[in-house]
Amino acid sequence: MTAAAEAHPHGHGRGDANLHPPPIHYSSRIAPPIVGIFLFIGSEIMLFGSFFTVYFFDRVAANTHPWPPIDPATGHPYSRPVFVALINTCILVTSSFTMHWATQSIKRGHRAGFQAGMVLTFLLGLTFLLGQVFEFLRVGFNTSDTSFAATFFGLTGLHGCHVLVGLAILLVMTIRAFRGHFSPEHHHGIEVGGIYWHFVDVMWLVVYTTVYIL
Amino acid sequence: MPRNPFRTEAEAFRFVLLTIVYGALIVIGNKIDPWVGLGVFVVETAVVAWWIFTRGRRERPVPQAPPPHPAGERRILVVANETVAGTELIDEVCRRCRSGEKVLVVSPALNSPLKHWTSDLDEALEDAKARLEASLAAMRAAGIDARGEVGDSDPLQAIEDALRTFAPDEVIISTHPPGRSNWLERGVVERARERFALPVTHVVVDLEAAGAPT
Repeated sequence: MTAAAEAHPHGHGRGDANLHPPPIHYSSRIAPPIVGIFLFIGSEIMLFGSFFTVYFFDRVAANTHPWPPIDPATGHPYSRPVFVALINTCILVTSSFTMHWATQSIKRGHRAGFQAGMVLTFLLGLTFLLGQVFEFLRVGFNTSDTSFAATFFGLTGLHGCHVLVGLAILLVMTIRAFRGHFSPEHHHGIEVGGIYWHFVDVMWLVVYTTVYIL
Repeated sequence: MPRNPFRTEAEAFRFVLLTIVYGALIVIGNKIDPWVGLGVFVVETAVVAWWIFTRGRRERPVPQAPPPHPAGERRILVVANETVAGTELIDEVCRRCRSGEKVLVVSPALNSPLKHWTSDLDEALEDAKARLEASLAAMRAAGIDARGEVGDSDPLQAIEDALRTFAPDEVIISTHPPGRSNWLERGVVERARERFALPVTHVVVDLEAAGAPT
């Protein structure tokens, strides 16, 4: 962003200045798409933070019994599908690896690896989401049963919605990959989409650890 | 200043891996005893916070090519903010310019963090240019062969940019006195000495005492 004092820093005064809009000038070190994803992730952290606040309030402040609480319908503690969720966790973590592989491949100009990485990431994400739907159908309680059930579905469902959005992004990226878009020099869309997918993965690790294990 | 871990896809992926390790250690501690898990969480969080905040302070030296200017010619890089027209700075440069040294004055386009992140640089560029012109006029009046540039809002980045185009033999950084200088608070002079393999001179300009125009 260094501009000579004598020069016109915005490109005004050129002969073709009237033919084109002046070039956008912004910080050379933080591109607007990156700022956008930062703001987005910041708002997402606040959203998840509010759900976690409710969860911990219900678990720590409003709960005087062991956790998970007793299911009034069965008289036994709520059973969380830890094993299915563990399989799902492995699937989602693997999808981060394939996403990283895809990004590294396009950076090196290896299009086949890029395409394979995108397809695998999408399929793994889809498997995760279907696994979560399967888990919801068989979990044995519903959102309106107790506050535990509400916070459980709230946190995992909120994350599931993010996976769904991520899948839509991955689908667009995968289609573009097969249409020949992106190159070692121009792959910003992959970077930003990849950042979002890794963010979804990190949030799941936090949700899984908090809701299923601890 | 701590660095955002989601700057690139590769860094976000690394963050995923670190989150796995972070969460796994907490879970293992929790399996031993909930208090051990809490202790692991506190220790890990403290270590991560310490690492994030200290890593940003470490400066890696910037590799430099030999200066491309003719042997015998001496070049001085001056980096200054509002103090750019201070008499102490002009005097310091005058002392060094007895045999036709070339001087490049870089005036960083100082900006608020909010405006920096939203790429609103117009006002910062105009202000920096006005300061620079005042400084150049003062130096030329003192018989110094100086030219100037508006630089990056980060003074260290501005120096690094100038190193590549001007290849100075020495750097002079001008700041407000301690207690009033944001640059000193951020350790700009110390970090410049760590990062650049060049003599770095620090000049303090007290504009309030001197009554110099800003």
